[in-house]
Amino acid sequence: MKILVCLKQVPHKDARLEIGSDGTWIKEDGIKFEINDYDNYALEEALRLKDAGEAEVVVATIGPDRVTQSLRTALGMGADRAIHVWDDSLANADSLGIAKVLAAVAKEENFDVVFCGLMSDDSNYAMVGPMLAQLLDIPHVTAVVKTDFENGAVKVEKELEGGTLEVSQVPLPCLLAVQTGINEVRYASLKGIMQAKKKPLDKKALSDIGLDGAAVAPKLSIEKIYTPPKGEGANLLSGSADEIATQMVGKIKELGLL
Amino acid sequence: MPFEALDFYRIDDDLASEERLVRDTVRAFVEKEFLPCVVEHVRQDGSFPFELVPKIAELGLFGANLQGYGCAGMNSVAYGLIMQELERGDSGLRSFASVQGGLVMFPIHTYGSEEQKERWLPALAQGKAIGCFGLTEPDFGSNPGGMLTRAVRDGDRWILNGTKRWITNGTISDVAVVWAQTENDIQGFLVKKDFDGFEARDMKGKFSLRGSITSELFLQDVAVPESNRLPNVSGLKGPLGCLNQARYGIAWGAVGAALACFDEALRYSKERIIFDRPLAGFQLAQQKLAWMATEITKAQLLVLRLGRLKDQGKLHHSMVSMAKMNNVDIALRIARMARDMLGANGIVDDYCAMRHMVNLETVRTYEGTHDIHTLILGRELTGLAAFEG
Repeated sequence: MKILVCLKQVPHKDARLEIGSDGTWIKEDGIKFEINDYDNYALEEALRLKDAGEAEVVVATIGPDRVTQSLRTALGMGADRAIHVWDDSLANADSLGIAKVLAAVAKEENFDVVFCGLMSDDSNYAMVGPMLAQLLDIPHVTAVVKTDFENGAVKVEKELEGGTLEVSQVPLPCLLAVQTGINEVRYASLKGIMQAKKKPLDKKALSDIGLDGAAVAPKLSIEKIYTPPKGEGANLLSGSADEIATQMVGKIKELGLL
Repeated sequence: MPFEALDFYRIDDDLASEERLVRDTVRAFVEKEFLPCVVEHVRQDGSFPFELVPKIAELGLFGANLQGYGCAGMNSVAYGLIMQELERGDSGLRSFASVQGGLVMFPIHTYGSEEQKERWLPALAQGKAIGCFGLTEPDFGSNPGGMLTRAVRDGDRWILNGTKRWITNGTISDVAVVWAQTENDIQGFLVKKDFDGFEARDMKGKFSLRGSITSELFLQDVAVPESNRLPNVSGLKGPLGCLNQARYGIAWGAVGAALACFDEALRYSKERIIFDRPLAGFQLAQQKLAWMATEITKAQLLVLRLGRLKDQGKLHHSMVSMAKMNNVDIALRIARMARDMLGANGIVDDYCAMRHMVNLETVRTYEGTHDIHTLILGRELTGLAAFEG
């Protein structure tokens, strides 16, 4: 089985973020980056298939030089090889642009399964997975919480609202966008990290995969990002616990919330 | 808020990507697996979370800088960063890895026969065997050359007699690297726990390194086969070579303890309100924080340079002495200062500063005391030894 795992490098969850001078993204200088958490679970799910039998796990990402570190991490955890695509025109890429690049990467080889994280920790669109599946013309399931591969198909459990689960049988090839917490993500072992130095990491330009800047030009651009201003609607209640409870019930009724 | 390691001079930029990766991996392991359970072990004197040993081994942290025999073969800087992150957790955790890798696997790897290496190194790397290092004696610490433990040749075996004290992991070890005086010189022996006449006992009542096992080893007419003698070294340079490895790791480890204490003091002082404003806004608090940050930065630069020298084969043991002496000293002072800034909260184990502080009193003493390292430097600079009889 041949598996592609799409990774995104995002700002470290502990990084102190500041808005950049042009107001459309954060300042990236001096902060740490890591693999998007959803993607860690996707990678772990792929590595478990590899542990269970014959599977080659390829990781792919898009981003500037700094993303190499995340690819090395993935190789250290056990992925077999990595593909790194970058072009300056991708700096402001939107979800469709990213999906087109990944689709071009995926089309160069015949993958049985494409794993993605459900969404990214930084921009939260949750669109790349489904778009990529459409471009590849393969079925997909999002919010995947359980997979069971058997006889050229996969039985997938998907999370719905309110704790309900949906089960479906999906033929391969397919794309699975994984929810967090579905497995216990391994650490990269020291030996794995040493071996990762010798594993292939292909750097590709857009032209290498038959694309150019125009093909991935964004249709969506960010106007601004900002911290929401402090609201003024708070109503502070005072008095004894009983009095506050009475006032609160009155307020809830008044607003018609019950 | 999670731990943030001070990197004021962007030293990270000088690390190779696999060095950063190793550091971040061990940091995540310590954060997730070790820190949640450290306090319960420290509350019981002489207790270590053994359930973590297979995980530590799986990560490859035992003997990480050794080549072959199932070891990861990392460079010295990566090894140092591992020690830093382990000691950020607790000096007892770093001691465990230091002893296993630097004091047991290193001498077998460097001075052992091929048969000894095959027998022990993979098992020690996998955590399936635990080892300890027997050099110090009740009456001989800084002056190991005066040791009373004797090995007498008897055909194809040696008869060992003596007592070793302050031995980390003695009672849980499968093998002890015991240094003994023979008719001619000091020799190293691999003493298995089930050899007749060998006994290990726990030492209790420690105020410091409580999350670590400290033992005494008793050897009474223990017969050790000649094949268990380390064939490729004789004299004090054997044990001192091992200590040089472990001291190198301690110099890095101390930075980890200092980072933990600094992070805690900085965080606390920004949140703690006294006289209606944050403690961190007072000049005396800022003076302490500025001093801590400066000393940590100097210590970080010292060990990074030391590691690069080690990998280039340009290391002199007195350079390691300088780093061990300085870094443990500043770490201890930073831990005391952090404890002080935390006020009464600083004396309970909800906070790490005092745990590091009492641990570092041991670290200041073991593997060459602060004073002995000072005198090693003095001897190196002047050519005159001030600590020999």
